[in-house]
Amino acid sequence: MSEGGVGSIADVARRIVPGFTLVLLVFLAHLHLPIPFYAEIAPALPLMGVYYWVVFRPDLMPRVLVFMVGLFQDALIGAPFGLTALIFLLTHAFVLSQRRFLVGKPFWIFWAGFAIVAPVAGTLTWMLASALRGAILPSDVVLASIVLTVFVFPIVAWCLLRTQRWLVGAAGPV
Amino acid sequence: MAKRNASMSVAGLAGPVRVWAQRFAFLALFALAFALMLLSKAETGALERARVVIVDSVAPVLNTLSRPVEAGREVSATVRKFFLVHAENERLRAENERLLRWMQSARQLAVENATLRAQLEYVPEVAPRAVTARIIADTGGSFFHSLLINAGSRHLVQRGQAVVSQAGVVGRVAEVGDRSARVLLLTDINSRIPALVESTGDRVIVTGNNTPWPSVTYLASNSPVSSGDRLVTSGHGGVFPPGLPIGTISEVTETRIVLQPAVEIARLSEARILDYGVEGILPPPEKVPAVEARKPAPSPEPEPTQ
Repeated sequence: MSEGGVGSIADVARRIVPGFTLVLLVFLAHLHLPIPFYAEIAPALPLMGVYYWVVFRPDLMPRVLVFMVGLFQDALIGAPFGLTALIFLLTHAFVLSQRRFLVGKPFWIFWAGFAIVAPVAGTLTWMLASALRGAILPSDVVLASIVLTVFVFPIVAWCLLRTQRWLVGAAGPV
Repeated sequence: MAKRNASMSVAGLAGPVRVWAQRFAFLALFALAFALMLLSKAETGALERARVVIVDSVAPVLNTLSRPVEAGREVSATVRKFFLVHAENERLRAENERLLRWMQSARQLAVENATLRAQLEYVPEVAPRAVTARIIADTGGSFFHSLLINAGSRHLVQRGQAVVSQAGVVGRVAEVGDRSARVLLLTDINSRIPALVESTGDRVIVTGNNTPWPSVTYLASNSPVSSGDRLVTSGHGGVFPPGLPIGTISEVTETRIVLQPAVEIARLSEARILDYGVEGILPPPEKVPAVEARKPAPSPEPEPTQ
């Protein structure tokens, strides 16, 4: 009886790990680092989380969760509510539809997939933010941020992979 | 057989129903995101309050997460100082000599100033109250230039107050929670700071443009500004006290004047929030009637000290 209880608690804990890492990535993405101009070109860490978990454990990364974390990031960065939520939602839908081409493939294919997702998401965010702020925002920093996002991805993906192997488990029932 | 058919048809229906439900959920969330964006654009108070509550509730987490970064910053500063200690010592000696000379002239000027003020019945300015807060998150990104600090309304921080560092102007308080506040940086596209060109006295506006280098706008076309000129706050608009350094002009072209801000945001770990509100500009009450009574005729107002 108690064993079942402990098991279910452990199971629940395991299931909330992906959402937890996504929220953690939102926090880490907005640390005040003493690197000049870092804030402008900071890599989109949460986007990596969304991509990773939708490919490997879509059952633990439902679109409502992605949407809520997007809203949370909007609150944190002072963006209009819904901006990041929309980008995350679209990323979720796109990656979910393409996931069969990514699962079980070599890492470089997984990375190449992200190299398609990141620029599209970055450009869309830039367009929406420009529209919402009523001015064309500087695009060079966005480009730099996208490049940095793509190049930092393997590090974050490796950390998430370790986390998944350690805490979550390999394949989801999808 | 009939039973098997029925179960098959239910199973056959479940698939499309699930697909439709998922599509509906996606469309509903998509529409919700758009609706929220439009509502945010309309600047409804409810959404702003929601934002403040969310930021406030995670402020302790941000505070904790920013500690290691802070420690790292201190360690790297210590290591750097250790290696540069000789050069730094030489530099400080030279600076000390220079500052001693300045102190002499400052003392003379202070005496002279006090004498002149006594002659003019000058009402002294009240020094603004200041709160020092730690920066707990850099929520800049390339779209919204802001910082979060770990002081809020319980530390008497109010919306609109000036945020400065030792080097100069950082920005102003845009949102206030109970224990956190958002600082709109001077580089943000929504930031406008009334300023003076120190050398010419021209009034200008420092306009953020979401790059690290704001523009200087509303400058008279015949004004002889050039790169290297310092800009200070003019004190107009009542948010910033006059005379705070904002930056130096780094480039003057036909179309644009570029400012290099005095403050390097990445190097900041703390910021001071100045309460230069209504209390700051009202003279102490007991001085006013005395000045009014003894004043024979309206005389030109003395300019506030810069």
